Amino acid sequence: MIDNIDLSLVDWSRAQFALTAVYHWLFVPLTLGLSFILAIMETIYVKTGKEEWRRITRFWMTLFGINFAIGIATGIILEFEFGTNWSNYSWFVGDIFGAPLAVEGILAFFLESTFVAVMFFGWNKVNKKFHLVSTWLVAIGASLSALWILVANAWMQHPVGMIFNPETARNEMVNFWAVLFNQIAVDKFLHTISSGFLLASMFVLGISAWYLIRKREEQMAKKSILIAGVFGLLSSLMVAYTGDESARTVSKVQPVKFASMEALYEGKNNAGLIAFGVLKNTDIKIGNQNVKKFALKIQIPGLLSVLTGGDRDSYVQGLSDHISGNEKLEIVPTGEKMLRGKYAMTVLESYKKARVINDTALIASIKKVFKDNEFQNGYFKYFGYASIDKPEDVIPNVTVSFYSFHLMVVLGFLFILIFSVALYLLFKGTISDNKWFLWIALLSIPLPYIAGELGWLLTEIGRQPWIIQDMMTVSKAVSQISTGSVITTFILFAVLFTTLLISEVSIMVKQIKTGPKH
Amino acid sequence: MISLSFLQHYWWIIVSILASLLVFLMFVQGGQSMIYSLPQNDTQKTMIVNTLGRKWEFTFTTLVTFGGAFFASFPLFYATSFGGAYWVWIAILFSFTIQAIAYEFRSKPDNVLGQKTFDLFLFLNGSLGPFLIGVAVATFFTGAMFTLNQMNQVHWATHWYGLEALLNVRNLALGFAVLFLSRINGLLYIINTLDNEAIIRRSGKALISNSVPFLIFFLFFVISLLISKGFSSDPLTGTITIEKFKYLHNLIQMPMVLILFLAGVVGVLFGIGITAFRRSFSGIWFSGVGTVLAVLSLFLIAGFNGTSFYPSLFDLKSSLTIRNASSSLFTLKTMMYVSFIIPIVIAYIWYAWKSINNNKITEAEMNSEELKY
Repeated sequence: MIDNIDLSLVDWSRAQFALTAVYHWLFVPLTLGLSFILAIMETIYVKTGKEEWRRITRFWMTLFGINFAIGIATGIILEFEFGTNWSNYSWFVGDIFGAPLAVEGILAFFLESTFVAVMFFGWNKVNKKFHLVSTWLVAIGASLSALWILVANAWMQHPVGMIFNPETARNEMVNFWAVLFNQIAVDKFLHTISSGFLLASMFVLGISAWYLIRKREEQMAKKSILIAGVFGLLSSLMVAYTGDESARTVSKVQPVKFASMEALYEGKNNAGLIAFGVLKNTDIKIGNQNVKKFALKIQIPGLLSVLTGGDRDSYVQGLSDHISGNEKLEIVPTGEKMLRGKYAMTVLESYKKARVINDTALIASIKKVFKDNEFQNGYFKYFGYASIDKPEDVIPNVTVSFYSFHLMVVLGFLFILIFSVALYLLFKGTISDNKWFLWIALLSIPLPYIAGELGWLLTEIGRQPWIIQDMMTVSKAVSQISTGSVITTFILFAVLFTTLLISEVSIMVKQIKTGPKH
Repeated sequence: MISLSFLQHYWWIIVSILASLLVFLMFVQGGQSMIYSLPQNDTQKTMIVNTLGRKWEFTFTTLVTFGGAFFASFPLFYATSFGGAYWVWIAILFSFTIQAIAYEFRSKPDNVLGQKTFDLFLFLNGSLGPFLIGVAVATFFTGAMFTLNQMNQVHWATHWYGLEALLNVRNLALGFAVLFLSRINGLLYIINTLDNEAIIRRSGKALISNSVPFLIFFLFFVISLLISKGFSSDPLTGTITIEKFKYLHNLIQMPMVLILFLAGVVGVLFGIGITAFRRSFSGIWFSGVGTVLAVLSLFLIAGFNGTSFYPSLFDLKSSLTIRNASSSLFTLKTMMYVSFIIPIVIAYIWYAWKSINNNKITEAEMNSEELKY
């Protein structure tokens, strides 16, 4: 009964999780970034004692408050959906994955939720310094929350620091520091929080630009642009740097995802970086999948090899290297991995049967097999491949991976330009006169949201069919509940989230139109 | 040398403490469930919503941390219950989701749905949240309909995915007991934090009318628990058997837990008593501590002394115990080190709580330009 996976159940469960994650990520980055902008503004207020800065801080704090709760609300659903919709996964890796979530609650959520009440309601109840400390602690708490959930997500991309225990049929943590300092986790944390800082900066810049267009609250707008411009420029540079680091790490630990990001089917030396490209379908097939080629591309020769391997002669792996294998690089063909994975699965099943009949001799001999390095590295390493039907199934959606990655990169460079121009015009004293730029700043508010969602699309779609890279497929992880139940909750959540989003935007627009209190 | 068994017990205590704090903090929900009946006008409603609203994040965070800690320490429960009793947990989540935004949005202009809708969200969360959490916790004693295969993958045996728990009278009794306890604590908290004679007078009256059903449901649940069969786990083989008077035996065999339970019940009754009959404002602290102790003791008799804390009515051998559902020694030990920070967390929560609650909420504050819900 467990093995008869209903594909529509898997798809609806994925859709529900994706829906929650996409909505969650509409709200969280603003919380991450705006909390630091508030802390900086309030620090200036406390240092200078100027009431103007208090007023500015409180205005942006009102917008922060509108956005804050909805991020928390969608976050709790995400956490519990690991259990409700991915229960097999929860058991299989709960020993590792649960720990960061618990640490997140104990270390980060309480910090955030305790001091956010002081931040909102404590202006006239606590002294200035305690209030300022509270605002900083909310910002730090928000980033700490991001750290732990990203550690958990990074582990799914690159599982480290664990061993499989046949007794319990799950993975168990043996090295907490390896999990915490997983290279993917470090890259992901820095890239994600800096993208949140960037988004909030663009939010502040764009709204301030609107005030300047309307010739309202000009002092507040210019002061806000100063903070958002500096914070945004630094953040966008950090986003670019950490993005580059992330891509380099992905090329090493998730080469199939990396090849999909670059639509690179055939591996090569002196590989070029695609600066711009349009994909088209071809009649060439890998299994039943059509290979994509470029209808149009602008390529910088050799740069991909340089960026990933340090020089032009570095070999960048293509999708074919993984499907058909590459002896020189010792990459095992996917078909072979599937066979070895099935063998490992058979051994595990034999162990379980021996346990049921309590055949102590057989139990001991299979336990010995599990401890054998050759079995671990030659067979059990491919355990997850036992659930793969066809070799080409390990190729993620190349079109989505390619476009989401490249569009995100283009937007990343655009943000650096926008913040640079904002600061240039501000220091030149002509920002109010350059309406064209003010409109660009205003209309750019949605762009970091799009970039952030594209980033997550790439992260998650690029990892398919795996829920845990090479270890467990999404179809094996799903809870065995009725598809109808998941469809119903999907619709419920879709209606709820959409309504709340409309409500939030409406409240936000009204508050912006009203402006700060005098 | 720290043993796996020690850590399993340690983490059960931590999870139980979080659960008991959650039940106490649901005074926020209890208060919300009375926003239509307690206030006599809009100003009074605003005062009540604001005193509760300044604490909603604590309840919410405790729920999230409870979930995270359960996931980390007893992942098989997380996988089994959440992945099987789907509708119960989704209903709980849904009710908490609409609460989070209701506070922030209700009084803001252009909120699309209107204040009445957001107040309805608060009422629904206030009523359904504690009730459903009570029902879910009751299944720790009454059991659930699941089976686990060799790979510990859950299969739920009914198509109601957890909603069948609502057909069990004992589950309903605990659900209603938790709801009325939350309402009692909500009233005591309102009395403690609001400076408004009319609200305090009405809260005092409501305290009596909520205490009676609470006692009826609570006593029904406790008595039925003590005389019922329980699910015993053999300490050597892990085999699950049905044992008559199991939970009564647990109380007798663990006298410390019995003392905690009695102290908890006395604390709640004392808190109610001094508020109702002596017009004290401090009832919430006695009732709060009492709630924490009573719930803690219930969790301890559910999981300790060789008891299955999540029995399967469908397949006895699939029942969960703190032994077969826990994380590994390494993870539990690592998490134990993390848990040492909890006293610091409690200390700063207390400090921040006191800072905000130093002055009572007044009508004048609600009519000022200060930020309010």
